[in-house]
Amino acid sequence: MPPPISCKSLVKQYGEKTAVAGIDLEIPAGICFGLLGPNGAGKTTTVEMLEGLHAPTSGTIELFGLRWGAGHDQEIRARMGVALQDTQLADKQTVREVLRLFRTFYPGGRNVDEVIQAVNLMPEQNQRFHTLSGGQKQRVALATALVGDPELLFLDEPTTGLDPRARQSLWTIVEEFRADGGTVVLTTHYMDEAAALCDDIAVMDLGRIIAQGSPAELIDSLGDVQFVEFEVGSAPPSFVPDVLSSSRAVRHVEDRRGRLRLTIDRDLEALAAVLAELKERGVVPVGLSSHQATLDDVFLHLTGKELGHD
Amino acid sequence: MTDRQTPTAQQTPRALRKVQKALSERPGAPRPADGEEGIGHPLPELIKARLREFYREPGILFWVFGFPLIMALGLGIAFRQKQPTLPEVAVVRTTESAAAKDVERALLGSERLHAHALSQAAAQRELSHAKVDLIAEIGEAGVIYHFDPLQDRSPFARAVSDDVAQTAAGRKSPLPTADATEAQLGSRYIDFLIPGLIGLNLMGSSLWSIGYNLVVQRKRRLLRRYAVTPMNRSHLLLSYMISRLAFLVVEVIVLALFGIVLFGTRVQGSYLDLLLLSVLGGASFAGVSLLIGARLENAEVASGWMNVVQLPMWVLSGCFFSYERFPEWAHPLIEALPLTALVNGLRAIYNDGAGLLTLGPETLVLAIWGIVPFTIALRSFKWQ
Repeated sequence: MPPPISCKSLVKQYGEKTAVAGIDLEIPAGICFGLLGPNGAGKTTTVEMLEGLHAPTSGTIELFGLRWGAGHDQEIRARMGVALQDTQLADKQTVREVLRLFRTFYPGGRNVDEVIQAVNLMPEQNQRFHTLSGGQKQRVALATALVGDPELLFLDEPTTGLDPRARQSLWTIVEEFRADGGTVVLTTHYMDEAAALCDDIAVMDLGRIIAQGSPAELIDSLGDVQFVEFEVGSAPPSFVPDVLSSSRAVRHVEDRRGRLRLTIDRDLEALAAVLAELKERGVVPVGLSSHQATLDDVFLHLTGKELGHD
Repeated sequence: MTDRQTPTAQQTPRALRKVQKALSERPGAPRPADGEEGIGHPLPELIKARLREFYREPGILFWVFGFPLIMALGLGIAFRQKQPTLPEVAVVRTTESAAAKDVERALLGSERLHAHALSQAAAQRELSHAKVDLIAEIGEAGVIYHFDPLQDRSPFARAVSDDVAQTAAGRKSPLPTADATEAQLGSRYIDFLIPGLIGLNLMGSSLWSIGYNLVVQRKRRLLRRYAVTPMNRSHLLLSYMISRLAFLVVEVIVLALFGIVLFGTRVQGSYLDLLLLSVLGGASFAGVSLLIGARLENAEVASGWMNVVQLPMWVLSGCFFSYERFPEWAHPLIEALPLTALVNGLRAIYNDGAGLLTLGPETLVLAIWGIVPFTIALRSFKWQ
């Protein structure tokens, strides 16, 4: 069976500007694929091309082995579902009315009640959309994607602006969908979300994929490192950063507006050496923390930007 | 299609469900019940959604139905047919002769005048303040009429006063005459106004309910959301058109009924023609509206365009007063505007009893304004 998504040498130019500069992807059935990147990296353009909203400038896209614009558009659309981050679905319609409407678009599909139950909106099913909370609206958006019983689900920043409980409940729904054999393409600003949901992640920057792999693979690509961060209140001027970087355990020092971030070997001796060095020099670290590498660190390492803070 | 329903070796629960579904969807297989309600056709559901957006928004209902009624009521009362006002005449008598007193009595007692006796000085003051149209000064030598010939009503007041005075003095008319009066149906201002208001209202509601709404839905990314479903895209636009039509019929009936009940206006032509022409007018504005809403993403810009389209027609198309007052050379341009065509047609049906088939030029103008922008809009329509 052809994979849900396969694209080759995908390029999108808007006049002089290149939004997507050649992307190859093959997303097999049954996984959750994460597309990460800072704003302007080309994620949205890529996803919109995959969804058939824009034609690529060059390159090919196949969904389930079918190309857009080749007479199969309706069939492809019937097999996919889309939940957009900030879709304001019709304000004056109730949850049930919105879902009944979307259900009529699909030749096959799920029972509306069943979907309402799946997204835990039974108590709110007769409320009008504009009276719902952010998390409930996001679940309705997800339900409009699920009601067509898709094989492929596109999620565009599904939990932006939601509180932790609402995020967790959304993640559960996505996990259930995937456990049921569905394929998910997720764009997100949140590294913990990508880590929790995704089997495979592509990091995009400036229209290209600059790294790809499972969350574990991406973290391992940083090497055997951990991070120590602190602020130096009143250190002697000569202290930073040359002295610390002379220590063998310290691989990298970065001064981020007064907060030092040290990349050191991933063992306790390295950590002890750094602390000893600080003590010897009489430096009192403020807000000291150390942590194992996370996807955030991978992202920072790859793009030089913190995701979601650009 | 077949390969995705063929069970494979690694069968997921999802694949199983697909197979079950495929089996249950064979022709003749009972459809799974969707609660109490079946799975409808998208078009009626889209139309229902449009109508709900409408009637669940009291503000919209007011602007579409309430506001024009209030306007019709206000203008109808302001311009309702008044009793013709009588000439105001100040009567000054400077002599005590019996003949003079007879003339004075005749003037003060005439039903054709509104006359009162005054001193010379007071009369002069009232004339200069335009409180009276005329001073009739009755003296030894006869009557002197004082008036300003530039005041519209003064020569009329003079003619009436003179007629009364001469008759009182014994003049006989050599030619026998008689008056036969009747009120002319459809000649009042309200008869002119109601079709104008219907036209105006159709323009406003048709323009706003389609184009503006599309822009808002695009801004809210709802159009983009629809575009990634297998929804037939023409169904969405069709749902806009059909729900507009439903409201249009109600609008016309409400305004027409209002005129009939409150002001006794009469439709002399056929009601069917009135509705058909209204539908054509509404469709015409819907086309223009769709064009405005085809690509814009900003509601403020859209409302600017709506006003650009509406304002000239408010002023020029003769809803409140006849556009004949504009210079002759501008008439063909004004008559090419859709609102002018619609209002002229509605008035012809309303007040002259014209049939739709005799309204060729109006129908043509409306058809062109409907079809051309509609076609361009469909070609350039942006879903996101």
